[in-house]
Amino acid sequence: MADLSVPIDVAPPVLSARNVDVSLNGTAILHAVGIDVSPGEVVALMGGNGSGKSTFVRALVGAVPLARGSVTLFGEPAGASPRSRIGYVPQRMSAGGGVAATVDEVVRSGLLGHRRLRGPRDARTRAKRALAQLGIEDLLGRDVSRLSGGQQQRVLIARALVRQPDILILDEPMAGVDLQSQVAFAHALGHLKENGVAVIIVLHELGALARHIDRSVVLDGGRVTYEGAPPNDLGIHALPGHEHEHAHEDPPSPARGGIVLEGPA
Amino acid sequence: MTLLADPLVQRMLLVGLLVGAAAPIVGTYLVQRRMALLGDGIGHVALAGVAAGWLAGSAAGLAQRDSLAVPGAVLFAVAGAVIIERMRARGAAADVVMAILFYGGIASGVLLIGLAGGSNANLLGYLFGSISTVAWADVWITATLAIVIVGVGLGLRGALFAVTHDQEFARSTGLPVELLNMMVAVLAAATITVAMRVVGVLLVSALMILPVAIAQRVTASFSRTMYVSMAVGATLTLTGIWITLTHDLQPGALIVVLGVGVYVAVTLALASRDRLRRGSES
Repeated sequence: MADLSVPIDVAPPVLSARNVDVSLNGTAILHAVGIDVSPGEVVALMGGNGSGKSTFVRALVGAVPLARGSVTLFGEPAGASPRSRIGYVPQRMSAGGGVAATVDEVVRSGLLGHRRLRGPRDARTRAKRALAQLGIEDLLGRDVSRLSGGQQQRVLIARALVRQPDILILDEPMAGVDLQSQVAFAHALGHLKENGVAVIIVLHELGALARHIDRSVVLDGGRVTYEGAPPNDLGIHALPGHEHEHAHEDPPSPARGGIVLEGPA
Repeated sequence: MTLLADPLVQRMLLVGLLVGAAAPIVGTYLVQRRMALLGDGIGHVALAGVAAGWLAGSAAGLAQRDSLAVPGAVLFAVAGAVIIERMRARGAAADVVMAILFYGGIASGVLLIGLAGGSNANLLGYLFGSISTVAWADVWITATLAIVIVGVGLGLRGALFAVTHDQEFARSTGLPVELLNMMVAVLAAATITVAMRVVGVLLVSALMILPVAIAQRVTASFSRTMYVSMAVGATLTLTGIWITLTHDLQPGALIVVLGVGVYVAVTLALASRDRLRRGSES
């Protein structure tokens, strides 16, 4: 069972993406993007608008197909079953339905998954607990479409947390969100980290979350251009037109100090 | 009360109750997915199925030439639903696909009924409903399909809500998104063939959508919208059928007009309540 070639002190990655290419409507968006995330590690995915961050996380959760490359979750190829252990927070509440839905109903939908078409008996209690983690348990019976942007974002995070995920993947959870919601999420993030949950979070700036971020990966033009300690100044790497010859294929285990993965400009 | 002793009246009311309560379940998912017109598209295809069943019946020399009409409608409606869903999943413009099914369904229905040696008058009962000729065999078919619709529609409410509310998130959880989407489409097809008898193909979608539109005005949750719309749907069909027992009116049309009337009344009542509230605040 034990694979002796793996050093004991390195936890196997929760998620590992290799050489991921994604094309949407015939346009290549991602080029050989790779990432590894270990238990309890918080990785910030950064880059300018159109750099491919959102497409990359959507590819990780199976919302867009890979043109090439692979995604491994918990040592298995990503499929419906291992995906049940992901908590995904999309960029915003789906403009979605023509029918009203309560916070309770939306959060409970997070309890479903592969071969789990019906929620558990204690769904309501669990939904309440997830909302309490973000300080919004009093919103339980409210119509989600009538909440503020920050409250909606916290509901989406609660919908992911109610799954008790082993990896949490968030797409710009802080964009346009009030400070109170940011602080509530930063608090919840600290707890998740302590409990060994791996986190990939798309961010424009580190902001209120800075102290929880272990590593940052910067995308530009669909390629990884930087990987390492959260940099203080990301300006140059996020600039459009900052071209790179190749992205690196086999990212090293998280190392402080930062490795700039750039070919000659 | 003597009316209630009449077996025909009993059958009409029973079918009306089943259809009125079952149709809004599927309607809630369709409104949620912003596909309120899906029922119309499938309904028109079902009409072609009626005619095809008729053609098959007369080709086989059956005594009752329309005895295959309902099975034909079920078959065509399900096939139409599957086609629409697949095209939609592949990113085709759903409205154009539905428009093509609309025209194709009606036109081929009229052609097929002609080939079967029938007249367009034979199609009228299916176009506008013919609940006053409902037989016990129809009641059993309706009851069976209604039980399936209610069972699946309510039993899988959580999963179907998840998929219709936020498809991308549902996919990330490992839910079988394609299968569940297909299930909604097939449930819609089953509902249409059941409701065809009561209100006819042309108004079938109204029975799915109107009660939901009414319920939406007064509820703030998905499950309450579904339950209220079931009650509204059953009340509308029973009231419509009851009135036509003593008045010479077309039941399908009456049910739909009643529904539109209730919708307008509720909307106006809510608007004037809001105005009163605002008035008392200022």
